[in-house]
Amino acid sequence: MISTVQHQRVLLLQRHPCFLFHPNPLSHLFPKSLHTSETLTQPPHERPPSSPSSTIVSSSSLPTSQILSIRHSLISRQLSAVEIAESYLTRIRLTNPRIRSFLHVSEESVLKEAEETDRKIQRNEELGPLAGVLIGVKDNICTVDMPSTAGSRILEGYRPPFDATAVRRARKCGGIVVGKTNLDEFGMGSTTEGSAFQVTANPWDESRVPGGSSGGSAAAVSARQCVVSLGTDTGGSVRQPASFCGVVGLKPTHGRVSRYGLVAYASSLDVIGCFGSSVADAGILLHAISGHDRLDATSSKQEVSDFTSQFTSTNFFESKPLKGLKVGVIRETLEDGVDRTVVSSIRAAVSHLEELGCSVAEVSLPSFSLGLPAYYILASSESSSNLSRYDGIRYGNRVAADELGFLYGDSRATDLAMRSK
Amino acid sequence: MVSLLTRGFQIRPLFLHSSPSFTKRYGILHCTTKSSESQMVTQEKPRPHTKVLTQNRNEPLDKLWKNYEPIIGIETHVQLSTMTKAFCGCPYNYGSQPNTNICPVCMGLPGSLPVLNSKVIEFAVKLGLALNCKISLNSKFDRKQYFYPDLPKGYQISQFDIPIATGGHVDLDLPVEVGGGHRRFGITRVHMEEDAGKLLHSDNGTHSRVDLNRAGVPLLEIVSEPDMRSGIEAAEYGAELQRLVRYLGVSNGNMQEGSLRCDVNVSVRPVGQSNFGTKVEIKNLNSFSAINRAIDYELSRQVHLHSQGQADSIVQETRLWEEGTQKTVTMRKKEGLSDYRYFPEPDLPEVVLTEDYIDNVRDSLPELPEMKRRRYEKMGLSMQDVLFLANDVTVAEFFDASLAKGADVKLAANWIMGDIAAYMKNEKVLITEIKLTPDELAELIASIKSGTISGKIGKEILFELIAKGGKVKELIKDKNLIQIVDSAEIEQMIDKVLSENPKQVEQYRRGKTKLQGFFAGQVMKESKGKANPGVLNKILEQKLNAKD
Repeated sequence: MISTVQHQRVLLLQRHPCFLFHPNPLSHLFPKSLHTSETLTQPPHERPPSSPSSTIVSSSSLPTSQILSIRHSLISRQLSAVEIAESYLTRIRLTNPRIRSFLHVSEESVLKEAEETDRKIQRNEELGPLAGVLIGVKDNICTVDMPSTAGSRILEGYRPPFDATAVRRARKCGGIVVGKTNLDEFGMGSTTEGSAFQVTANPWDESRVPGGSSGGSAAAVSARQCVVSLGTDTGGSVRQPASFCGVVGLKPTHGRVSRYGLVAYASSLDVIGCFGSSVADAGILLHAISGHDRLDATSSKQEVSDFTSQFTSTNFFESKPLKGLKVGVIRETLEDGVDRTVVSSIRAAVSHLEELGCSVAEVSLPSFSLGLPAYYILASSESSSNLSRYDGIRYGNRVAADELGFLYGDSRATDLAMRSK
Repeated sequence: MVSLLTRGFQIRPLFLHSSPSFTKRYGILHCTTKSSESQMVTQEKPRPHTKVLTQNRNEPLDKLWKNYEPIIGIETHVQLSTMTKAFCGCPYNYGSQPNTNICPVCMGLPGSLPVLNSKVIEFAVKLGLALNCKISLNSKFDRKQYFYPDLPKGYQISQFDIPIATGGHVDLDLPVEVGGGHRRFGITRVHMEEDAGKLLHSDNGTHSRVDLNRAGVPLLEIVSEPDMRSGIEAAEYGAELQRLVRYLGVSNGNMQEGSLRCDVNVSVRPVGQSNFGTKVEIKNLNSFSAINRAIDYELSRQVHLHSQGQADSIVQETRLWEEGTQKTVTMRKKEGLSDYRYFPEPDLPEVVLTEDYIDNVRDSLPELPEMKRRRYEKMGLSMQDVLFLANDVTVAEFFDASLAKGADVKLAANWIMGDIAAYMKNEKVLITEIKLTPDELAELIASIKSGTISGKIGKEILFELIAKGGKVKELIKDKNLIQIVDSAEIEQMIDKVLSENPKQVEQYRRGKTKLQGFFAGQVMKESKGKANPGVLNKILEQKLNAKD
């Protein structure tokens, strides 16, 4: 959601644009045993990258990928899936009371699935690309074994009878859904304060918001409560909290990931996006959930290329891996009215891209100013339509009444937040 | 055949400037108006024996009718007989236990998305082409938003401004009993949409239950131009649509099951006025005869109000037809057009059709009722026969199959409309259920025509063929039914009969010539019905008169 209120950005150190540096905001909370996960983020050995990431057993060429580190640890029997899961669960238990990023945590099912993963390893079976990876799922994405409230009281306790396609695919790849994360109600908001249940804190500074609407998912990854997480983005709700929480947030193109199972906000704009502590992790998760889905008529039939094999180590800046790629910067985003620090961030990104070999050119997009009004018209009308179904009659909370009109009115008045109404 | 329970032939005499064929009284079908909305060709068939008028009209009112022109339009919803629903994979079976054919999509659960069933498009194009419409190569779906418990998503996926078919017409023939005549009614549009669920109200009115089995079933909405001018025309229009959807196989068109639903819009205006009068919608019409009677009642009501100078009390509203009291009553006032807040459905891509696709569908169309009727007419059948044979696609198929095997047109028609139809009525079976096959009917007709068996024998074995099946040739052989045409043989039998009945012969001699029939009957009995009547009577006459 595009924020209409300016929040003090937490400027995280001078964030080096590459991802070698891993600030760990909650290190003071971690008992010794949890440092195992820290060892996973050690700088790499100096080795050239080998074949596509999915076959890499030694993750040394992509040291910053938690997913690949976990995979390496599992396959080399250094750690078991249960051990990894337990360490994350412990961290959640310790940190969630303060951060409140999770609305629901499924300890039992997490350990069960981890055990299953261990059994697979014992039997030397093929492991999916997300094996042993704990995933947080934003609560407006349907999961069959956990409540999906979309952050609203009108769906309090509602359990969908199906998994969202993205969740199903992540699970099929071996991912373990650890729980459902907090959000602004129905995805409408940019601070996660709009949740009907609790307010999530930014792990970097608990007095600050994590952004929104996917604040819970961003905070969870930021606080290392899970490896990666799924969020949703309609008007910035993955990108903005990622920035606020200092993690990687990836919003794919509309149609790249199936929307089946995503509680609709604005159908033309909604997408499911990925959070990770590194670009590689966000990318691996995206690859796992992308692709055409026959249950979503708007999902793209375009092939999903194996882009994870294209990830290169940061050591190879000199080789200019993005040579030949032309990137445009929209002039209108750098003009008057844009905050100076925002402009300088963009310019820093531009020079980074140039370092990687891109040719960057300024382009003009005269219709840029029409974007916001178009967004508001589409988002308001589509969301009002998509929320019509919450009347308390078939599912969710209902306020009893004698007359139909009042039944609708009272149920919705009581359980829908201001913004939704 | 549509059985119209017309209580009488209703007159709607409409004034032309000078209409020499116009009479106030019985027998004239209404003439064309000067409005060019419909191209109608009237056949005037004076029918002096037809009963007229019903209980709800009287003489003075009758005189008023000529001053007013009825304007009737019909909205029809046709439930498509696709294997699965419009936007999900659920089947639909009428009469299933409540909420047994549902899934997250048709329930509108959070996160569910619709995916279009391509058969719906095929059926829509089929019907659009059969109604002579222009098919839109690019159409889209829209959301029609309103709140009601049987509408799970809070909106209905429909088509608003770009329907799949527009601007067509339907041709039909009015039944002979009401004066016949060819009619053409315009079709404004045909569009695709989904059905809502059903509400079941408790007896004591304390609560209602929602059954979502029907939610998401594909519908085609057909909107007619306001071209009908009487209850009968409207009823026939409905019947023709039913015929069409059954011919095409896109729906079973059962009004009782709700797979064909009609709402009518009725208004009147003084003859000569160009503005339409206030329109009233009538719902709860469960049969074609109900359509007929409801419209007539409503027209009476409106004409009456007009004549009393109370035209203002006709408001734009929805009225329900009550079968019990045979009246329309107010249901709810229509406060102008409801705001349905239409906008394009973002979850479904545009429907893009190619000319090739449309051509393929067009090639796959069966012979439509109108074409069949014209073909049968050309074969020399009377209008009554044509309508009987063409109205039911299964009957037409039976008829056509018999003709294909060489059966004579008139004879086949007579057998089907006569003995076979009577059997079907008595035993309450369909023509597809009788054991007689079109091949055997053709064989039977040929046998009679060639003289192999007599007409009387033919009728007898027909009954057996219908009830038990079998082959004509075998039956003739087994039962030894071949007609006796040998004069000598017949003469023998005649002689026998005459000698056995001397008294009657005596009576005949004395003048009771009617007894010839008696003798003929006896000879027939003697021959077990096989004697050729022509030969029999010729020889018999000879014999009887010769002895004189």
